[in-house]
Amino acid sequence: MICFDIKNLNLHYGNFHALKNINMEIEVGKITALIGPSGCGKSTLLRTLNRMNDLIEGCKITGDIKLFGEDIYGNIDINALRKRAGMVFQKPNPFPMSIYDNVAFGPRTHGTKSRYELDKIVEESLRGAAIWDEVKDRLKKPALGLSGGQQQRLCIARALAVSPEVLLMDEPSSALDPISTGKIEELLLILREKYSVIIVTHNMQQATRISDKTAFFLLGEVIEYGDTEAMFVMPQDKRTEDYITGRFG
Amino acid sequence: MKKKAFEHFMAFITWTAAIITVCTLLFLVGFILVKGIPHIKPSLFSLTYNSENVSLMPALISTVLMTLLSLVIAVPLGVFAAIYLTEYARRGNKAVGIIRITTETLAGIPSIVYGLFGLLFFVTVLGWGFSMLAGAFTLSIMILPLIIRSSEEALKAVSDAYREGAFGLGAGKLRTVFRIVLPSAMPGVLAGVILAIGRITGETAALIYTAGTVAQIPTNPLHSARTLSVHMYTLSREGLHMDAAYATAVVLLTIVVLINTISARIAKRVGSKA
Repeated sequence: MICFDIKNLNLHYGNFHALKNINMEIEVGKITALIGPSGCGKSTLLRTLNRMNDLIEGCKITGDIKLFGEDIYGNIDINALRKRAGMVFQKPNPFPMSIYDNVAFGPRTHGTKSRYELDKIVEESLRGAAIWDEVKDRLKKPALGLSGGQQQRLCIARALAVSPEVLLMDEPSSALDPISTGKIEELLLILREKYSVIIVTHNMQQATRISDKTAFFLLGEVIEYGDTEAMFVMPQDKRTEDYITGRFG
Repeated sequence: MKKKAFEHFMAFITWTAAIITVCTLLFLVGFILVKGIPHIKPSLFSLTYNSENVSLMPALISTVLMTLLSLVIAVPLGVFAAIYLTEYARRGNKAVGIIRITTETLAGIPSIVYGLFGLLFFVTVLGWGFSMLAGAFTLSIMILPLIIRSSEEALKAVSDAYREGAFGLGAGKLRTVFRIVLPSAMPGVLAGVILAIGRITGETAALIYTAGTVAQIPTNPLHSARTLSVHMYTLSREGLHMDAAYATAVVLLTIVVLINTISARIAKRVGSKA
């Protein structure tokens, strides 16, 4: 089954052609890694999937992106789209409020008011992000007091709290130490059972460790897209081979 | 060798500058305290003013009322204008340029000009007479640029990561601005409000022409009243109660220090909660 179906996608920032004719079908229940050198458009693609690029002036998008058959650039509620496609950012960005309020922010935004229900969602989300045991006694404490790795898992919990269908992750462990990175990767493998995950990463080892499918980007184009294992063992394109063997990038 | 001598010379200059600055401030405060403290008497704090007790109590109460009234008018206006400028206006929008120039200009106008404007417009054209209301409106126009600018700076300083985080969860613009961005900017906004309180309590020129100089507690916003600064100005102009003027200065100084400490505490608490 396919969650995001991307057809003939082109994106311009002013005069800069950032994404060139992208065609991708992203599968449900898998981890799809987007790899490529800096500035190749992988983060840009991720941000078109929940329309975060709308916030950038001078950004023009043509083509079709469907989420479970629904055109996300058509006549839809953007806030509802962003609820369905949760996002985790490169730098952990918990809000300057308590751990509890961070996780409850999403559900409250979408109308959950009952204390009982919020408590339940907060616990489930924090458990889902494998951070419950570390924070259960300090839910009312400021989120900014957590370590970087904990903050990032809190941000994942915050994204889970609105029960998204897809998780979009923009280099979620690039700002973290190796141990925290390991925890995030373990978490991703668990999350795969319930969510479709699209992850941008700079780290090729990470892509091989966790992803099922990989797309290699270069200068705004998808050079190669396929099963991770196959791609890393036998890349079809010379440029992919050069990149994954570390000849550039 | 020469370099070393120059270094010592520069160190000497910076030290001297610092010492002169501190000494001036200490001398000023000391002078007021020495002249004023001996004349602080219980009668100075009676609820009604007469030429016998030269009470500052009515002026003290008017100062508090005037400050509150001006803030109630200027803070919402200023903060909302700042929100428009930082969160809603598109870059390169012409209105933004105009608003910026206007606020910069307003900030540079001497307060007596505001006083004359208030006299002509609020007091005369609107027919409010010398009143708290005319004074408060004049003052709020005067502090508006300050509130707008400090709020704008505070809002701009809020990391875009917070905005993205909120949008990414499906929060709309309104919710993002009022639940995430504004609370994070609160310490900066409060710092602007504190400065504004300072200007209000210190203002005389703009008030003499708009709020008048009646030395009793106002019971109606359309009554005239004098703030502590105006009270001091009047006392020293009349020249009959210089001692009382100094005593009033001590009280005013204490209040300003108190306000600053309290608001710094509040700002700190809001900041640490964030």
